[in-house]
Amino acid sequence: MIRLETEADLAEAVATAEGPLRILGSGTRPVGRPLEGTALSVAGLTGVELYEPGALTLVVRAGTPLAEVERVLAAEGQRLAFEAMDHRGLLGTGGEPTIGGVVAANVSGPRRIQAGACRDALIGVRFVDGRGQVVRNGGRVMKNVTGYDLVKLMAGSRGTLGVLTEVAFKVLPVPEAVATVTLYGAGRDGAFDAMTRALKSPFEVSGAAWVPGAAAVHLRLEGFAGSVAYRAERLTALLSDLGEIAVETGTEANAALWRTIRDVEALADLPYVWRVSMAPGALRAGIRGDLDRTARVERLYDWAGGLCWIGMSAEQAAEYAPLYGADDAASGAIRFHRDLQEAMADPEFGGGHATLVKAPEEVRAQVSVFQPEPAPQAALARGLRAQFDPRGILNPGLMG
Amino acid sequence: MDMPAPNAVVMARKQKIVARLASVLPRDAVIDDPAETRAYECDALTAYRCPPLAVVLPSSTEEVAAVLRICHEEGVPVVPRGSGTSLAGGAMPTADSVILGVSRLTEVLEVDYDNRFIRVQAGRTNLSVTGAVEEEGFFYAPDPSSQLACAIAGNIAMNSGGAHCLKYGVTTNNLLGVTLVQMDGTVVEIGGAYMDAGGYDWLGLICGSEGQLGVVTEATLRILPKPEGARPVLMGFDSSEVAGACVADIIKAGVLPVAIEFMDRPCIRATEAFAGAGYPDCEALLIVEVEGSAAEIDEQLGVILQIARKHDPVELRESGSAEESARIWLGRKSAFGAMGQINDYMCLDGTIPVSALPLVLRRIGEMSKEYGLGVANVFHAGDGNMHPLILFDANKPGDLERCEAFGADILKLCVEVGGCLTGEHGVGIEKRDLMNVQFDPADIEAQLRVKDVFDPKWLLNPAKVFPLAATASRRAG
Repeated sequence: MIRLETEADLAEAVATAEGPLRILGSGTRPVGRPLEGTALSVAGLTGVELYEPGALTLVVRAGTPLAEVERVLAAEGQRLAFEAMDHRGLLGTGGEPTIGGVVAANVSGPRRIQAGACRDALIGVRFVDGRGQVVRNGGRVMKNVTGYDLVKLMAGSRGTLGVLTEVAFKVLPVPEAVATVTLYGAGRDGAFDAMTRALKSPFEVSGAAWVPGAAAVHLRLEGFAGSVAYRAERLTALLSDLGEIAVETGTEANAALWRTIRDVEALADLPYVWRVSMAPGALRAGIRGDLDRTARVERLYDWAGGLCWIGMSAEQAAEYAPLYGADDAASGAIRFHRDLQEAMADPEFGGGHATLVKAPEEVRAQVSVFQPEPAPQAALARGLRAQFDPRGILNPGLMG
Repeated sequence: MDMPAPNAVVMARKQKIVARLASVLPRDAVIDDPAETRAYECDALTAYRCPPLAVVLPSSTEEVAAVLRICHEEGVPVVPRGSGTSLAGGAMPTADSVILGVSRLTEVLEVDYDNRFIRVQAGRTNLSVTGAVEEEGFFYAPDPSSQLACAIAGNIAMNSGGAHCLKYGVTTNNLLGVTLVQMDGTVVEIGGAYMDAGGYDWLGLICGSEGQLGVVTEATLRILPKPEGARPVLMGFDSSEVAGACVADIIKAGVLPVAIEFMDRPCIRATEAFAGAGYPDCEALLIVEVEGSAAEIDEQLGVILQIARKHDPVELRESGSAEESARIWLGRKSAFGAMGQINDYMCLDGTIPVSALPLVLRRIGEMSKEYGLGVANVFHAGDGNMHPLILFDANKPGDLERCEAFGADILKLCVEVGGCLTGEHGVGIEKRDLMNVQFDPADIEAQLRVKDVFDPKWLLNPAKVFPLAATASRRAG
């Protein structure tokens, strides 16, 4: 593994690389098909470059551990609002998640629905492209339309267009108070009704998740204490016809609850996990009518029903296989995966995308882990890679 | 302003090109009479004008695709145009270009309150998007000052902001999907009613690309439930340093106002003379607005007022009624009109780190004396997006050039202190030649490579955004 500590060394390493490179933070999120090549880690590029709490801006080197970033911000009562998921529990990986890894995968959590995604908070990047050239885009101010927005392009590009060396964020204050209004006993219709009503209300819900296993819909409110209390009361009244309601106001209890949702702990023991993003109404109706109900699966809904995590045990995956004349778990999972992605591509069902987040390597090697793009986007993506990485050495094959 | 020499081959083929365009569009959707094309010779940057070869006004994605295919084959530059409100010359034609106006694409295609989105044709005006959903208690958040006239297509091209973006973000944060027509006529459906597509962030890349990567014909936009109420507070200070410190303290205290607006003394005096809003005659004035229920507003304003008092304000005025709120906003909202009454003005929109505010204001004051041109400052202080208005007399020889040189110096200063050339108006032709101040050649080259992928012949809005010298070889094909 190549592990470098300066941007200049990293640029040199990329420029002189003779074969494919696997770009890593510390490797806590191995999502995607297994990659060949020499591991190139940015975990040595650490440190806060600039932090101005009064301007809500933070500039930090890409290898800085996320935990360190959070510690620095917390000391000033601030945070990254997009609530990045920690994949270690779900994927069974070790190491320290880096801020560059968070950006490269555009990782966001439950607060996505109110505060935006990682890409929305990202205001600047520095990266090394496939030629070994250092490129800057964006900056350290939160309003900036100067030139093309390569900042957003880099977020979620998973190291295939360049290796991030520095990232800048708009950060936000940690609110004074938090409360979660939980509705118990609701089925699918009640749960979706509750989340939809909450998001259509002016009460600024900052998390809306349904955990079918626990028959609980959680709705989070954050802000000044008086305001949170007021909104919790109004939200409770708004949902009172749908089931039993409890309100949790403890800071620790709330942090723990939303961490379990953010990190998809409910599905952590399962070998196969998908992440499906669709309009809430489309997921309410069921994927292609009934795909997610025909198969025996476990589910967790976030983003007010717009994000569905689907998990399968080996036994459940094997049950799906006979539909296609096979009998093993891997075949069942692969067929289910293809059916899911086909359903996403069918405009009749509203559109969306499905990612196979977790599966054994041999399964990931056989499928398109990320939702295949329509032909025009696929052509544009190839074009961008040819421009930014003409030798095809940055995580080749990871994104098509 | 240098613009590339028109392509002689295209100019010579004008009649053929117009005939081909007329074969795929209704009769009244192709304009080539010089008396009529003159209406499209500039946008809101009126200092520069050039009538286009022709203007087309398609009414559907298919018509847009047909037009682009023809222009692609003929090698004709295309300048997409929303409502022509660009302050940066983003829709400024060249003599050999076809203006592709989206003014006939105004339909609402779908409204879905349960899933909180609206799908519209991209020529629809910003304000009429909110107009389509407000009866159900929803609104579309980005609110550029030109929202009555400006089109969603232009908002997407420039990634427009507005006064309320401190809380709600700018266009790119509220855009869920687009129908994009590429220069060769390929129609691409990107995103939709769901969040965070799986591949590259095409939406993020297209938003703010100034019409150079494709023509957006339809857009899926996030709509939000309206807050229960909003109320502003006005505060006046003896110095801009103190006002700046007050802004930082408010932000650090964990309050997230929807807007923090700043005006300096020249701006206050001009608007007072024009609108008589009753503003104090002081060095710096802030208007801070918060949202929520009455009790929530009281709670937030309580925190804000407490902070403001620590900074010894010369005036602190909390609104107690809708009337008083309107009065507090009156001066700010008439600021541009007020300046227009006094003089011609040029409006810049560089962004700076909030901490650099006092320094930048002081330097602008000094430069104002050096150039002998007045300047008034009114801007979105929460995010550092400045709007210096430089006053000049368009009828006085040399004044415009001096004004432009002054403006360039202000923007260089913005970059020097860690900011950028433009926060929400876009680069267009206006700031094209300053891009080298903010970016190294490699940074610009990376952006040009993106354009190469989307528009290899460099026909879409070609002489904008980048210094002409940087794009010359590409534009020559």
